[in-house]
Amino acid sequence: MVQKEAEKILETRELSVNMGPQHPATHGVLRLVLDIDGETIVKVTPYVGYLHRGIEKLGESLSYFQALPLTDRMDYVSAMSNNIGYVVAVEKLFGIEAPERAKFIRTIVGEMSRISNHLLWLATHALDIGAMTVFLYCFREREWLLDLFEMICGARLTVTYPRVGGVRNDVPQEFLESLWKFTDEFPSRILEYETLIDQNRIWLQRTVGIGIISAEEAVNMGMTGPTLRGSGVPYDIRKHKPYDAYDKVEFDVPIGTTGDTYDRYRCRMLELRQSNNIIRQLIEKLPPGPVMAEDPKFILPPKDKMMPITHPTKDLAYFILEKACKGCGMCMRACPAKAITGEKKAPHKINQALCVNCATCLVTCKFKSATVVPGGKGLSDEKLAELAVAPDQLPEDIKQAQQLLVRQFEFIKKGPKAPEGELYVATEVPKGELGFYFVSDGTGKPFRMRLRAPSFIHASCLPRLCVGHLVADVIAAIGTIDIVLGECDR
Amino acid sequence: MAVTEVRISIHTTGLDPKDIAEKIKGQFPDQVIEVAEFRDQVSVIIKRDQVVAVLKYLHDDPVLSFDHLQDLTAVDYKGKKDIRFEVVYNLYSTRYRHHIRIRAQVPENDTKINSAVPVWSGADWHERECFDMFGIEFTGHPDLRRILMPEDWEGYPLRKDYPLKGPELDKDWPGFTDVLKRSKELREFDWEG
Amino acid sequence: MDINNIISPGLLDAFIKFGINLLIIILKIVVVLAIGLLHVAYATYFERKVIGHMQVRLGPMRVGWHGLLQPFADGLKLFFKEDIVPAKADKAVFYIAPIIFMAASMVNLSVIPFSYSFTIADFKISPVIADINIGLLFIFAMAGIGVYGIFIAGWASNSKYAFLGGIRSAAQVISYEIAMGLSLVGVMIMAGSLNLTDIVRAQEESVFGMFAIPQIIGFVVFSIAAVAETNRTPFDMPEAESELVAGYFTEYSGFRFALFFLGEYIAMIIMASMATICFLGGWTIPWYIKVVPFINYVPGIVWFLMKVYAFFFFFYWIRATLPRYRYDQVMGIGWKILIPVALANILVTGLVKIIITTMNGV
Repeated sequence: MVQKEAEKILETRELSVNMGPQHPATHGVLRLVLDIDGETIVKVTPYVGYLHRGIEKLGESLSYFQALPLTDRMDYVSAMSNNIGYVVAVEKLFGIEAPERAKFIRTIVGEMSRISNHLLWLATHALDIGAMTVFLYCFREREWLLDLFEMICGARLTVTYPRVGGVRNDVPQEFLESLWKFTDEFPSRILEYETLIDQNRIWLQRTVGIGIISAEEAVNMGMTGPTLRGSGVPYDIRKHKPYDAYDKVEFDVPIGTTGDTYDRYRCRMLELRQSNNIIRQLIEKLPPGPVMAEDPKFILPPKDKMMPITHPTKDLAYFILEKACKGCGMCMRACPAKAITGEKKAPHKINQALCVNCATCLVTCKFKSATVVPGGKGLSDEKLAELAVAPDQLPEDIKQAQQLLVRQFEFIKKGPKAPEGELYVATEVPKGELGFYFVSDGTGKPFRMRLRAPSFIHASCLPRLCVGHLVADVIAAIGTIDIVLGECDR
Repeated sequence: MAVTEVRISIHTTGLDPKDIAEKIKGQFPDQVIEVAEFRDQVSVIIKRDQVVAVLKYLHDDPVLSFDHLQDLTAVDYKGKKDIRFEVVYNLYSTRYRHHIRIRAQVPENDTKINSAVPVWSGADWHERECFDMFGIEFTGHPDLRRILMPEDWEGYPLRKDYPLKGPELDKDWPGFTDVLKRSKELREFDWEG
Repeated sequence: MDINNIISPGLLDAFIKFGINLLIIILKIVVVLAIGLLHVAYATYFERKVIGHMQVRLGPMRVGWHGLLQPFADGLKLFFKEDIVPAKADKAVFYIAPIIFMAASMVNLSVIPFSYSFTIADFKISPVIADINIGLLFIFAMAGIGVYGIFIAGWASNSKYAFLGGIRSAAQVISYEIAMGLSLVGVMIMAGSLNLTDIVRAQEESVFGMFAIPQIIGFVVFSIAAVAETNRTPFDMPEAESELVAGYFTEYSGFRFALFFLGEYIAMIIMASMATICFLGGWTIPWYIKVVPFINYVPGIVWFLMKVYAFFFFFYWIRATLPRYRYDQVMGIGWKILIPVALANILVTGLVKIIITTMNGV
């Protein structure tokens, strides 16, 4: 009786704390509602979707080439890896084989982005646990890598450098030299980070025994990447189903034993060294050759071959032959500068003052009435009418440029025609397994583009990792699963 | 506490995907509708009635051992096929390194299918996303609610008949229209002095 | 009317003496406050510089030459910021909390001596505002009052984060106070007095030169407890940015935040001063260093400040290097490791002292 009375008076309730979307430690906009009993966590509910941009829906309305920049913005910390995943999947769908040099370059930048991602992970993980200095040391190295990215493609974050069929452009020699110097100095820097935290008593107390997951449970929950390998499962797509140049280099994969935060940390630190080693081997073995496949059915034509009719400084003038023009109005609708005027069924005219030399009319006209006059810039309409010849009789390089331009326009507007079928291709990005599932219906745009992001699954594992631990361990757990909300929400 | 570096071999030891499809056909002859193949990957299209039994067989069988659910998603075939939706399961065996794809057909008038959470607990959020984007209900799911869209959103965005730009402004999500209304009110702010 | 008939000469004399003493005390307060606050301001500046250089960056460089005017810029900014009081916060308590915290810390400055007393023109001036015989005990009492400031700040903010931070911080400070007090008992036994000036004198006369050498365990325990008392890394769980945003002063902005900040740094100064006075010999130098010829001409206050600055550097160094302990680990260290060690230290010190006094008696 007295016990019941006492329990009624001293009623305890769980406190519900909201680690809101804006918070210094949740890497991105992740909302966690923690139900805590004193300091122990009873329940964790993650809420995602704050960064949902509808990439899958957008991909259905864009062609295969146009959907590539969308994948940059998924895992914005290691942008090259997302691009590589997409490109490998699309290449397999179309049946294109990238040249050797392009594969090697893609593997090099893939490993560079793996190092860059792991450095950022270490910086934020250590900062959340309190070691501020590791944050700045890691960013010093990361700046070097981002400068290298800028050297080859002009962007640090949203790179879009790997393309379907290869890479966008070849790498300059100073890039390789600077990268080689980086791989020389990087092991000593890794030693600096490890000296600060690896055997540090406080770090060990904060990470050993926190968030233990057994191998079976981890695979059942769908974990991949270093998060899974820390629990002891030897699953690495670079070894299971190698793509690009991974079968030509020798490297080890770190596998953990206990499945706690410390093992996952050690896995990623060892992966840093392995990636360093891989890059060195690749730079030594880099073969010469082209960097883009030449397949005309699915690859954009090279821009320099189209320059005879699109280069802005050439003195070209575009003209419509009156005899051939049927007045259908297609070029008038297509002209982006609205420079063509004319009645229905009457020959159209191009206003030379407004014309921007984009060659849209040249490729749109089915009746071969639009033509280009080399050297005709600034001449009057009568002079142009004398000089203009039908498109069939233009010089060889201009005719070839026109055909290539037609192909380019078709690819950009409608997309290269993919064979019908469906495909699932997975690549090993730094965070885990990035899977692309394409359903193609034979047109230039994917019928269904599905991105399987590792961060999405890992965020769902957060409740299992945190329950039973203290509030401070939630921060360690978020750090160890290494999520990025751009990828999680797509 | 030891983390070792292991030289995993590239050599594959898995079964041919067509053999796996034959095994499934042998075990569930009346469920399998079709077996499709494209670029060395095999899909088995089945009816939705015993989908969990099929998945459990694939998960538990010692020779197949599909322990890793790579992806669980849905595709909307509006206008192209009679049965509108298909729930697609991409399975992989980390032990034997083989891959198979199961597609379960879900008709439009009755968008329900059994949940795969009892077999793989990682299917949880995948199924929530399918529900959110397509409106397919998974019976037996522990907590089926929207995940990426706001909780009170109406409509299923990834369906083919959902506009790319989203709903019109007058039928839009109340959270957004509320913010617009309030910002208009606050714009007419009287500054004193 | 002779003034001597109304007020007797003795009384007038007493009044004049009282007036002059009062003037001297007020002067001392002004000087100590001014120098103390200036030290606090530049402690923040040097923290940013030192930690910056340890992290391969430069720290403040823009405001003034190499950023030397940064503390004034910070102070001005905090002074002019909007004063936000959360809705439904307990207003009176909300306003009082930072004042209690800062006042409790600043009062400690009044018992810290900076040098031996010296005479100027027949007046004995001792560079301590209040030379009381229980100086050490007074400091502990005031630290205890400072805890009030912490947890009523957390309570009055009406926010879960601040509340949790306040509770944690209060519990941590109370636990480590015990360890700190016990570590100083050894010093008291060796010096035989609670008066801070006497403790320094005892160190000057002792054979070791500073109590840090025989009381090495006490010194280590005191340093760790000092870091925990002032809520610095690795014991800064209550204000861990990544977990509770800023702990018990999350909801404070503007000048009230500045008061908390000041209180924390003054507590650091007090801890550093106590360490120098009790363990490092204060403003004196050991006899084995006095043999160097011109060292005797350096005034005592210089040694005092140097030792305090060294302790500050120790604080900054630890902050830049170590990660943060989890809360239960913090409490575990305080109760399960530091207190038993400090008790053992007292035991050994007491035994040795008894042995020595008996031997001396014999």
